[in-house]
Amino acid sequence: MMQTVTKSACESCEHSNASGLKKLGINIDNSDFVVALAGNPNTGKSTVFNALTGLRQHTGNWPGKTVTRAEGGYSFGDKKYKLVDLPGTYSLLSTSQDEEVARNFILFGKPDVTVIVVDASRLERNLNLVLQILEITDKAVLCLNLMDEAKRMEIEIDDRTLARDLGIPVIPTSARSKEGIQQLISTIHQVATGEIICKPHRIKNVPKQINNAIEKLCTEIEKEYPNIPNSRWIALRLLDGDERIIEAVKTGEFITE
Amino acid sequence: MKNNKILNISNDLRWQIGDGFHDKLTEGIYSDAAQIAQNSVFKKGQTKRFRFDRSLDKIVTSKIWGFPIMILILSVVLWLTIIGANYPSGLLSELLLDTIQPWLKETSLSIGFPIWLAGFLFDGVYLALAWVIAVMLPPMAIFFPLFTLLEDFGYLPRAAFNLDNLFKKAGAHGKQALTMSMGFGCNAAGVVATRIIDSPRERLIAIITNNFSLCNGRWPTQILIASIFIGALAPQSLSGALSTLSVISIALLGVFFTFVVSYFLSKTVLKGEVSSFTLELPPYRPPIFWKTIYTSLIDRTLIVLWRACVFAAPAGAVIWLISNVTFGDTTIAHWLIENLNGFGFILGLNGVILVAYIVAIPANEIVIPTILMLTVMSVSISGVGEGNGVMFELDSVSATGEILKAGGWTLLTAVNLMVFSLLHNPCSTTIYTIYKETKSIKWTVIASVLPLIMGFVVCFVVAQVWRILL
Repeated sequence: MMQTVTKSACESCEHSNASGLKKLGINIDNSDFVVALAGNPNTGKSTVFNALTGLRQHTGNWPGKTVTRAEGGYSFGDKKYKLVDLPGTYSLLSTSQDEEVARNFILFGKPDVTVIVVDASRLERNLNLVLQILEITDKAVLCLNLMDEAKRMEIEIDDRTLARDLGIPVIPTSARSKEGIQQLISTIHQVATGEIICKPHRIKNVPKQINNAIEKLCTEIEKEYPNIPNSRWIALRLLDGDERIIEAVKTGEFITE
Repeated sequence: MKNNKILNISNDLRWQIGDGFHDKLTEGIYSDAAQIAQNSVFKKGQTKRFRFDRSLDKIVTSKIWGFPIMILILSVVLWLTIIGANYPSGLLSELLLDTIQPWLKETSLSIGFPIWLAGFLFDGVYLALAWVIAVMLPPMAIFFPLFTLLEDFGYLPRAAFNLDNLFKKAGAHGKQALTMSMGFGCNAAGVVATRIIDSPRERLIAIITNNFSLCNGRWPTQILIASIFIGALAPQSLSGALSTLSVISIALLGVFFTFVVSYFLSKTVLKGEVSSFTLELPPYRPPIFWKTIYTSLIDRTLIVLWRACVFAAPAGAVIWLISNVTFGDTTIAHWLIENLNGFGFILGLNGVILVAYIVAIPANEIVIPTILMLTVMSVSISGVGEGNGVMFELDSVSATGEILKAGGWTLLTAVNLMVFSLLHNPCSTTIYTIYKETKSIKWTVIASVLPLIMGFVVCFVVAQVWRILL
């Protein structure tokens, strides 16, 4: 596909990581890592996707633009990355079809890194989804997108504090003007290769009785499947009576996939 | 068996916790989110930008101004498309049809192609392609970017907000407003977009009624017929406005049928509660103009055009064949037209139009060229066209009008063609998409046949009333 990136002074500098970036468009064979792009509707996931892959997936300013998952690729350093753009969702707790695409992919597709794209000007609302995703996976990067818009609305965000609270790297970006995309790429690389180890936030404000139940079920699940990374999430969903997850436990889908 | 142990324990625990689990968990997530946000977000009071968004929203979603603004925007987009497409369309048809086509045919004959092969290739396949490009590319290259600019600006969710109440009254989902808007571009895309609707019942309603959004394959038909027959009723200076107005009326008639059919479905076969949902009104964002133009040209215009070409080429071949292969002492096309003329008359249409719609099931875009070709053939107008089964574009709109009038067309034929172009079966791509999305033959058949029956009924009624009154 076409590459029409305007190179800033930093990007063309030999010390920059940008030299290692190659946009692969739809060429996604033999990828080393799978990266999922998740986030609320209308936070610019497709724009981030296009910036990384060089593809021109159409973006629109309305929630629900992407209803299927789109895939593309890029390579960085000597690794090839497959990028999956998921439909935007507000939550992983409900059951509409587009939300299920996102949830099932994060849970069963086992991406190596999940990039959570959030709207910096509406951070608090977006964090609900972030916290749910962090229950599922511990390899995640927060892409604090639409920083330009937040700035216009005179909202400031202390990304270091945010990163410490969430326990994952936080990268401020303005994907429309490609700001921050370089840092995002190298951070994804570091998380994928294990250079950065995440210690994701777990939901704290739940009543003791419920917490005990979660922990009890968790231990049970881990006893049966010692290698499962997201036993806590499965426990949460089982306690909520999620049919799809009950089915998955019955068939043992977690271990086979 | 060990898996069931996990499930058993979870069931026991669910009994112990009782009902409130989901709510308490959600509460927990919200309070965690609030805490984290408090630590790292600093707002410097209300801002101008937010106030601008809010005051603009107050106008475009207001009870009084919401609908007039919507119709005004639609009118401006259509008017720009009608006015702007005229000139480039003429240029393209001059180049592709008047210059290249004769050259291709002569050259092929001079290097020894048999006449039937040259006819088949250049009077059939090539002409169909050239016509589709000449008539479709200019309006699409104007309509799609304009539509995309509106989309990027953030207007669509506001339109959905305005229409929500009407959809609710019709027993359908408010997000159907979004899928309906997508249908104005392409019905197949509109059907795929219904995935944003959670409830299967409301999603089916949205799928079945999407065909009532005039798609881009039908806009050119509407525009051309309106310019020839309806624009001509007004003096020169007003004819553009009058044609725009008539096309908008047809589009609004489609919206009207969307509501009527949604209402009918939700009261009969698809009964159920209206589900509530939250629709986020995103901030207005100034579109990145050139980038939007570029992506909408590549993503939409060229892809849709390519699809049209893929269908037009074989259709051109079919048209050439049915008008040149004889069957007894008449051609197949002639025989079909003769037999459908009676039925066509009852509907205020004619045999030619019905045959054209059969040939054009793969793609609505080729209806007009097929009609012209068949008309010329069936009335044998001398001096136009180059032989049986030759699709052509005439130099001017008025010349096209002359041909159609010679073929017995009246204002009634034109009006009913516009109605029938709105109300008939979806194109084959859309039918296939409906099947893929619903995975049900029953609903696919209903979605395909229902609009066709409605088209017959409405055309019939219009024709009878017209003939009695005028």
